[in-house]
Amino acid sequence: MSHISSLSAHGMQKLARNPVIIATFMALSLAGCASKKGGLPNNASDLGLGANGVNGANATPGSSQDFTVNVGDRIFFDTDSSSIRADAQQTLDRQAQWLAKYPTYKITVEGHADERGTREYNLALGARRANATRDYLVSRGVPANRLRTISYGKERPVATCDDISCWSQNRRAVTVLGGAGM
Amino acid sequence: MMGALFALAANPAHAVVEININKGNVTPLPIAITDFLAKDGVGKQISDVVAADLKRSGLFAPIDSKAFIEKITNPSAAPRFQDWRTINAQALVTGQVVKEADGRLRAEFRLWDVFAGQQIIGQQYFTQPENYRRVAHIIADAIYEKITGEKGYFDTRVVFVAESGPKTARKRQLAIMDQDGYNVRSITNSNDIVLTPRFSPNHQEITYMSFEGNQPRVYLLQLETGQREVVGNFPGMTFSPRFSPDGQRVIMSLEEGGNANIFTMDLRSRTTTRLTSTAAIDTSPSYSPDGKRVTFESDRGGSQQIYVMNSDGSGQTRISHGDGSYSTPVWSPRGDLIAFTKQAGGKFSIGVMKPDGSGERILTTNFHNEGPTWAPNGRVIMFFRQNAGEAGPRLYSIDLSGYNEQQIPTPAFASDPAWSPLLD
Repeated sequence: MSHISSLSAHGMQKLARNPVIIATFMALSLAGCASKKGGLPNNASDLGLGANGVNGANATPGSSQDFTVNVGDRIFFDTDSSSIRADAQQTLDRQAQWLAKYPTYKITVEGHADERGTREYNLALGARRANATRDYLVSRGVPANRLRTISYGKERPVATCDDISCWSQNRRAVTVLGGAGM
Repeated sequence: MMGALFALAANPAHAVVEININKGNVTPLPIAITDFLAKDGVGKQISDVVAADLKRSGLFAPIDSKAFIEKITNPSAAPRFQDWRTINAQALVTGQVVKEADGRLRAEFRLWDVFAGQQIIGQQYFTQPENYRRVAHIIADAIYEKITGEKGYFDTRVVFVAESGPKTARKRQLAIMDQDGYNVRSITNSNDIVLTPRFSPNHQEITYMSFEGNQPRVYLLQLETGQREVVGNFPGMTFSPRFSPDGQRVIMSLEEGGNANIFTMDLRSRTTTRLTSTAAIDTSPSYSPDGKRVTFESDRGGSQQIYVMNSDGSGQTRISHGDGSYSTPVWSPRGDLIAFTKQAGGKFSIGVMKPDGSGERILTTNFHNEGPTWAPNGRVIMFFRQNAGEAGPRLYSIDLSGYNEQQIPTPAFASDPAWSPLLD
């Protein structure tokens, strides 16, 4: 607690006699990736996700490694766009076929944006990309009730350099088996 | 309580010294700030904080104490004005700090007009010793207000997102600090992503977005108790929240099926109201200080642009028309300007325009500037900047002249600053 008093221009004696308390205030209390340069990647293998001793031939069919390495778990977008590109359609077609073969997996589609935009817009843009991806998979026969979407905006980049080679990798939708909240 | 604080402007002497801060690029006023007399170091600590606040405003130039001729021994008596004229001080601050019997500090100061040879203002404050920085900020506000004629902004806090760890797995926590970067305290500590904190008008609550439980939603946090709640029961992601000026509503975006529209929730009745209805991204809503209008960004026209509407959602009108895209509009507490982030030519700028879209002025341009927030007097804007090649963002402030840019020191990387109103 503090008090504020006014000092007159006439000196301390008057101040001492007449300390007018003008206001009190309370303190506010409180409770309390490595970046890759060069060409645009099209699938997980291009991103090095097939490394780590696992190559496509060795992944157990039906495993998440099989999905990531042999099918491709992610697609990429143009700047400010949520249109599914032709290369992305091929990836999503493979995803739909794989998901039809292994029908027990629930799926989360994560939408992401690059860092060359503002935070709030990118949250919405990531959602748009996740929804476009979900809609495409549904159009290829994946039951809608197996799918949920989430946007991470620009908050979860995979590539961290300050040029287009990284930004193009971050503008992505990733199909995650199980995934957040499943 | 808040109103009473400002009733103290009883001023016996007419101030001759003044700064017209509407003039654009202002020459800082030379001011001599003497060490406050005290039995221990707290006197100098307080006067140092006062001097630092005034210097960072860009409107004052504290004079090096080595130049002082008179040594103040009685802070209540009139100084030898000629000694201060000699070193070209236009204003002089004297003071003392006394420990009261009950353990509180009594801090008092006087502001003198050197050339008129008279006192401009004198005040005293009682506080607990640990609050000495707050008293210093209040004194700096009093000096700023007397000399500029405008309210100060030093006794304020900033809530922000503290960032640590690599970009690909960054940890984000909400934190609060004084406006000068001191007294940083974390107010959340989890691995959930937290974003866009904003103060309530009484600065006792924060609304923000959290990914808790992988359900990205808007929350309300009571600072005193730490109590948290989800704002509204919406089917999709809610984000980009902000309080109405009366503190009764939270305005935010709701994402459904890839579109984002603007809603409000009344915090008492819990009723929600839709304000926009487009197949586009409508976000970053911010009320005018009278609560009658809302500015927001939308890409309904193809790229992100700034719009203004009435607070019932009627009359949605685009106001930004320059090259590039515009986002994160924030209405000034004075009502006269809207601050924004502008993206053009591969760069990000912070700028201001009038609410009708005229008078656009860019204040600062860099690789990445984002997210302006206003000081409560509407004279200074804080934002965050990510320099190319650096691992994370930092907070900066700049005044409306565009000349006085300052980095706000934070222990870790920091983003999404939101400035509090003046404390009370």
